[in-house]
This record gives sequence, C-alpha cells and structure tokens, in this order.
Amino acid sequence: MKPRVATAWLGGCSGCHMSFLDLDERLIDLADKMELVYSPIADIKKFPVNVDVALVEGAVTNSENEEMAHIIRKNTKFIIAFGDCATTGNVTAMRNKFTTEDISHRAYIELADKNPRIPDEYVTIAKLLKNARPLHEVIKVDAWLHGCPPTAEQIWSAVTALLQGQTPVLSPAYLRYG
Amino acid sequence: MAVITFTIDDIQYSAHEGDTVLNVAHANNIHIPTLCYLEGLSPFGACRLCMVEVEGSPKLFPACTTKPAEGMIVRTKTDRLKKYRRMIVELLASEGNHQCAVCVVNGHCELQDLAYEVGLDHVRFPYLFPNKSLDATHKEFVIDRNRCVLCTRCVRVCHEVEGAHVWDIAWRGINCEIISDMNQPWGDSQLCTSCGKCVRVCPVGALLEKGQTVGELRKERSFVKFIVNARTKREWITNGIEEDE
Repeated sequence: MKPRVATAWLGGCSGCHMSFLDLDERLIDLADKMELVYSPIADIKKFPVNVDVALVEGAVTNSENEEMAHIIRKNTKFIIAFGDCATTGNVTAMRNKFTTEDISHRAYIELADKNPRIPDEYVTIAKLLKNARPLHEVIKVDAWLHGCPPTAEQIWSAVTALLQGQTPVLSPAYLRYG
Repeated sequence: MAVITFTIDDIQYSAHEGDTVLNVAHANNIHIPTLCYLEGLSPFGACRLCMVEVEGSPKLFPACTTKPAEGMIVRTKTDRLKKYRRMIVELLASEGNHQCAVCVVNGHCELQDLAYEVGLDHVRFPYLFPNKSLDATHKEFVIDRNRCVLCTRCVRVCHEVEGAHVWDIAWRGINCEIISDMNQPWGDSQLCTSCGKCVRVCPVGALLEKGQTVGELRKERSFVKFIVNARTKREWITNGIEEDE
C-alpha cells in the first residue's frame, strides 16, 4: 500500500505549498509513490484517518488552526512542521505584539474600503488566539523543514526519505531560516 | 616574559601575557563559536557561546575573557558544551522577535550562522514574543530592538573606538535594552556622529541603514581591527585582516 500523505495550511501565506508545486515534474514521480489524501491543492473536505505523513504549513494563529492541528496529530503518524511559520511563528507571529482587538480594528475598521465593521457575529470566521505560535508549541512535531519558503530541493529531500520509510535527516545544507 | 604552556583539546599551545584562551584558539585554527566577541573591541563575556571546560573546575569559562594558565587543560567541544551552546541560541531566539524572512541581514547574519552551527532545527523553549521598540528617528540609521541580542558590540565600538558613547544598556534581566543618550530618541542625540560603526559591528539586523530591504545589508566588521591597529601601533595595514565575505 502506498504511504498516505497529507498537506495542511494553517496560519501561513501558502508559499510553502507553492514551493511544493515547484517540485515540477518530480510531482509525477511522487504521484506514483504516494497517495495524497488531504491537501489545499486537492478537493478533500475532511482530514482523513490513518495518515502516514503530514506536512503542516503555517503558525497556529486562530481557533480553527488549533482545532485542525489536534485533528492532524490524532490521525497522523509523522508530522513535519513545514516552513518557518510552522517552525518559529515567523511573519505570522509578528502580530503578537498587538492585542487581537487592535488587529481586528486595524483590519476591519481602519483599512476598510466601505462598511467598516468587526465581523464577530459570524461563527464561520475563526477567532484569533492571543498569540500566533509555532506548531510544536501546540502539538508534538516529528521533524522540521525550514525556510520561507523551504526550497523544492529541501522538500524533495524530506519527502523522498519519508517515502522510503526513513526519518528525514536533513543535511546541514538544508538548515536554512528565512 | 614567561611563556605559558597549556592544552586545548589535547594539544599543547604557548600563550603570552595578555592572551586569552579564545585568541590562542583562533590563532591556531581551533573554532570556538562567538557572538559578542569582536576583534578590536574589549572582550565582554556577554553571550556565553565561547564557554569552554577547564579541567579541575565544575564551572564553565568564557574563552574570550579567560587567561591561559600554566598547565591548564581546556576542552572546547564536549557534548556538555554543545548542549549548552544550542540552549544559548535557543534562548536568544525565544527572547527576541527574529523573523529571518523579513530581515535586512537574512543570509548574512551571525545569529543565523550560529543556529546552523548548533543544528537548531527548532526552539524547545516557549517563544516570549516580547514587545520591543524600534527607533527610526535617526536620519540614516534604524535600531530595531526586536532583533537585538544584547551583545553590546555597538556600546563598545561607540565608546572605545568612536569615543562618542551614545549607546548604553538599560533595565535588568529580560527587560535589558540598548538605549541611546539616556533613553532619548536616537535622532535627537547630540553625541552621535553618524559614523555608522555601530551598524557595521552589529551581528544581526538590529542596527541597519535606512533604505535597505530583505537580505540586502552585508556588514563588514574587520574595520574595527584596522582602526585599533592603526591607532595603537601606527600601522595602517589591511594585510592579514581577513575580510568578511
């Protein structure tokens, strides 16, 4: 049976996923070797059970991210913090010095083109947590893939190792923040 | 003057009066990681990255301020030291707001280099996300205290080399900050000569020139050694002073 792989997008800019797509023709090799069971680039609504590997992009910045992180952990054997936001908080965490009220005011009142209003009556809009946090401060993480974004080479190195059943040991050359 | 013989990592070396364990090590191509140390400035012992073990003592010693003694046995690469060095980098990372992706020195940063050297795959301590200030009142330069690692190179170069003493350390413990002119805006400083030495010695992106964006700021730090050499020895030579890449 092919390894079941998921990718998830929490509080990030999707740049890490863009970098994943930069694997280009290697994506075709990957498609033969693994089954993509959940991803923002695939139309799957619910995070499945029995996932072998999950690449999780972004910091945990709102209530939805937090809930999702726990769902991923519960259903996944091996979790990779995918990129700098998942690893350190990075740009997503730059808002931590402001209160969530100030951030909402800035976003929905000061910068509104029209109808300035804080949409706190909508249950579909996730609540900001007090701080955006790296993934490993919320759930157990098994490996870290750095970079903003990680390069396609870094991703290839980690994913191919995992598909061969090995824990990815990233060469020091791939340890690179920013 | 008596020559001192001592041992670093099982090999014997000679030292003279005025030497430190660090400069003897560096002169003999033994790498000891440093952050606050900069050749030409007085050693300060702030960052603790150059800690070494000395046989017979349970304490660790900063190589930059420790003088060799006859028969001293120094170890620089034990597992214990590696463990502590990684912890120091983790503490530096967790006590500041270091976002490499949006930093002027991304790719040319001494803190990044240290993180790679100690194999920092993630920070095990909770990030504090401190509320630090940024002062852009100076016409040419900016201090972003979010990125400051309190190495005090700026304080020392301004006091010891430029002779202006704009910078100081204020407050205590986790609240320590670099301030200009008794905590007045840098742009209002009557002492600052706008020489830019502090910007050039800063190991991270805390001190920067205006108008530069991500990864654009490359700092050249060997000028300190050149100036100090010229001033004290009357030798205006750049030979043997290695350029930063």
